[in-house]
Amino acid sequence: MNPEPLVAIVGNPNAGKTSLFNSLTGSHQKVANYPGVTVERISATLQLEGQTVECLDIPGLYSLEAQSMDEQVAVDAVMGRGEERVPDLLVCVLNAANLERNLFLFSQVAEQGIPVVVALTMTDLLREDGKAIDAIKLSNLLGVDVIPVIGHRGQGVDLLKEAIARNLDDGRPPSPTVEHPAALEAEVTHLAERLARVGMDVSRDDIRRALRSEDDPFAARVAEIPEISAEFDRAREKLQAEGVFADHRIVADRYKWAGNITGQVIASGVSPRKWRSDRLDKVLTHRFFGLIIFATVMYGVFQAIYTFAGPMMDAIEGGIGWFGGLVGGLLEGQPMIQSLVVDGIIAGIGSVLVFLPQILILFALIAILEGTGYLARAAFLMDRLLGWCGLNGRAFIPLLSSFACAIPGIMAARVMPDPKSRLATILVAPLMSCSARLPVYILLIGAFIEPEFGAGWAGFALFAMHFLGLLVAVPVVLVLNKGIIKGRRLPFLLELPPYQWPRVRDVLLAMYFRGKVFLVTAGTIIFVMSIVIWGLSSFPRSAEAEARYEQEHSQMQTQVSLDSYVQQRQLEDSFLGRFGRTIEPVFIPAGYDWRITTAILCAFPAREVVVPSMGIMFAVGGEADEESVDLRKALDQATWPDGRKLMTPWTAVGLMVFFALCAQCMSTLATVKRETNSWGWPVFMFVYMSGLAYLLAVAIHQVGLRVGG
Amino acid sequence: MSAMETIPFREVRQGMRARVVSVPEGPDMKRLREMGLNEGVEFSVAKVAPFGDTVEIRLLNYALCLRKRDAESIIVQPIPA
Repeated sequence: MNPEPLVAIVGNPNAGKTSLFNSLTGSHQKVANYPGVTVERISATLQLEGQTVECLDIPGLYSLEAQSMDEQVAVDAVMGRGEERVPDLLVCVLNAANLERNLFLFSQVAEQGIPVVVALTMTDLLREDGKAIDAIKLSNLLGVDVIPVIGHRGQGVDLLKEAIARNLDDGRPPSPTVEHPAALEAEVTHLAERLARVGMDVSRDDIRRALRSEDDPFAARVAEIPEISAEFDRAREKLQAEGVFADHRIVADRYKWAGNITGQVIASGVSPRKWRSDRLDKVLTHRFFGLIIFATVMYGVFQAIYTFAGPMMDAIEGGIGWFGGLVGGLLEGQPMIQSLVVDGIIAGIGSVLVFLPQILILFALIAILEGTGYLARAAFLMDRLLGWCGLNGRAFIPLLSSFACAIPGIMAARVMPDPKSRLATILVAPLMSCSARLPVYILLIGAFIEPEFGAGWAGFALFAMHFLGLLVAVPVVLVLNKGIIKGRRLPFLLELPPYQWPRVRDVLLAMYFRGKVFLVTAGTIIFVMSIVIWGLSSFPRSAEAEARYEQEHSQMQTQVSLDSYVQQRQLEDSFLGRFGRTIEPVFIPAGYDWRITTAILCAFPAREVVVPSMGIMFAVGGEADEESVDLRKALDQATWPDGRKLMTPWTAVGLMVFFALCAQCMSTLATVKRETNSWGWPVFMFVYMSGLAYLLAVAIHQVGLRVGG
Repeated sequence: MSAMETIPFREVRQGMRARVVSVPEGPDMKRLREMGLNEGVEFSVAKVAPFGDTVEIRLLNYALCLRKRDAESIIVQPIPA
């Protein structure tokens, strides 16, 4: 029993819905997932004069007849089906610059039996075209309150709030906009009577929907009652034969109505719309310059993540290190607890927080690119390229996000209405080089590429490592579509909104929510896994063993500090270290000894752990980061027992490729499980990615052995 | 306006104006209809994307990108300039 009234905001994509929602509710938004799928359910408290209501932001829809799982969830929220509460009021956002198509959705919304208030957006855009819209006339024609709003300026928002309050008090559902065919209505009346006789009180809309589609939830309920079910089947057959359900009849009727209304309220007569975006599009979607600009923008996004995130990440790591030292000092007397708190818990928190700057910067950039309308152009440019391997232009958004972290990337795959392309995108998203691979690249490039070949090649190597995932993704998707993923491909449709300035508030809120979602979903798993791995790599442990290590150290001629030596020996003798030694033969063909093997094992739950693990395994201490001169030197000087150099540039490249392709991230696998709603796909992903990584690493090392170097 | 021959959508070219003559039945066509591509609607072809196939059309005062091969069976009638 929830006493607060529920208001849902529904509208076409690109109608300014999110901006309006942000203006209405500010930052007090709750982001959760819908049960079963991971479409985000964004709700917030809306403060009206004298009452508080819950406000629900529904993902953008072109139609209330869903074509994918995600749309179904959004539609269910509008209608209050399934787990959802029926909204007390619908705010339908209509884009004035594109009224006809927006009214199509309204004509469906108007049939839900729920009061509706219209928020009319983009009237400023319409004015720039030299046109004007008569909002009062529109209100009279639709039979609902119509409030013009300009979301980013907050204009009309107060009026909209008043209208919401008024309609919550005494609003009535608008009358249907299109007349249903008489043959259909006759059947509906008949069925309503039949249902009433068995004690079921069902709205005419529900009956219409159940007649139209056997997949409808209510139709499924009806199917369980034999005598009613037979009636439905008979009616369906009859109507089908008469062509009543033909899409063109229903859709065309709504568009005829929408065109009629549009003609009455928009004062045109002026020349057709001047596309102010045309001049920009001449260059930005040019078949040659457009691609160059696209590549430049992507490279800029890339650089921004590196140059801006670096100092912040250093500051976070420094802060965590300082805090760990402080707490460690307080726990000096109890080494076990000290290790758990400092190396397990505090380090675990640190390994979550350290991703935050990159995620924030990336999502700021995505929000800006999206807000300006460029992201849609990029998808248009990329569609053919991605289409070749069975994806589409929209896959570009999840794939780009995956360069920061596969988790938001995989979640962003929900922008794809076609389930088949969506699954393919999810399965290759983790091949994109996420930020957690970066430390490995920086360490190995700094140790083996830069000193030998110079900064130019080092930069190229970094770029190449990021390109590799994209390259590998192409054949993978081809194979996936050839038979592994089954199902129907939906047509690719993409709207290009006019170019606009992005709104600062929307960008900030996007950063805030992405950051929060990351900390809560991915952060928790990373944190827990950090502690598990700390346990596996810390035990068994005993005072006697420690004394033995110290004695070994005193008998050695070595520059390794006592602490680092003990740390290394402890990891070596831990559960994880023993396992690393056992499976060393598996990695010998790739050129890795048991030390690297153990570091790789440490990194399976979360790949970023590999750098400190290497620090420990190569006896420079677990505090080593990717910039550590000691660790680079230790790697460069490491040898096999027979004195051969362990790491050549070939081995280093092989190791980078391994990390580029391997599925070393528990959080990603957990996210895939949730998104695909099956354990099969994450298992499949783990096997194919790790297998590919291993084979390529072996191939590179073997080539290196033969070419020499 | 002189009567002109009709062509399938896959043959539209950049800069062309045309009117939709017929849209076949079928689930794949439903969303196209819902986006406004119904019989009688006029559109212009604003751009063909690099590498072909994906086209940007203007209809009902907005810009829609779609693939020629998704819409190839739609029949349109070019409107002379």
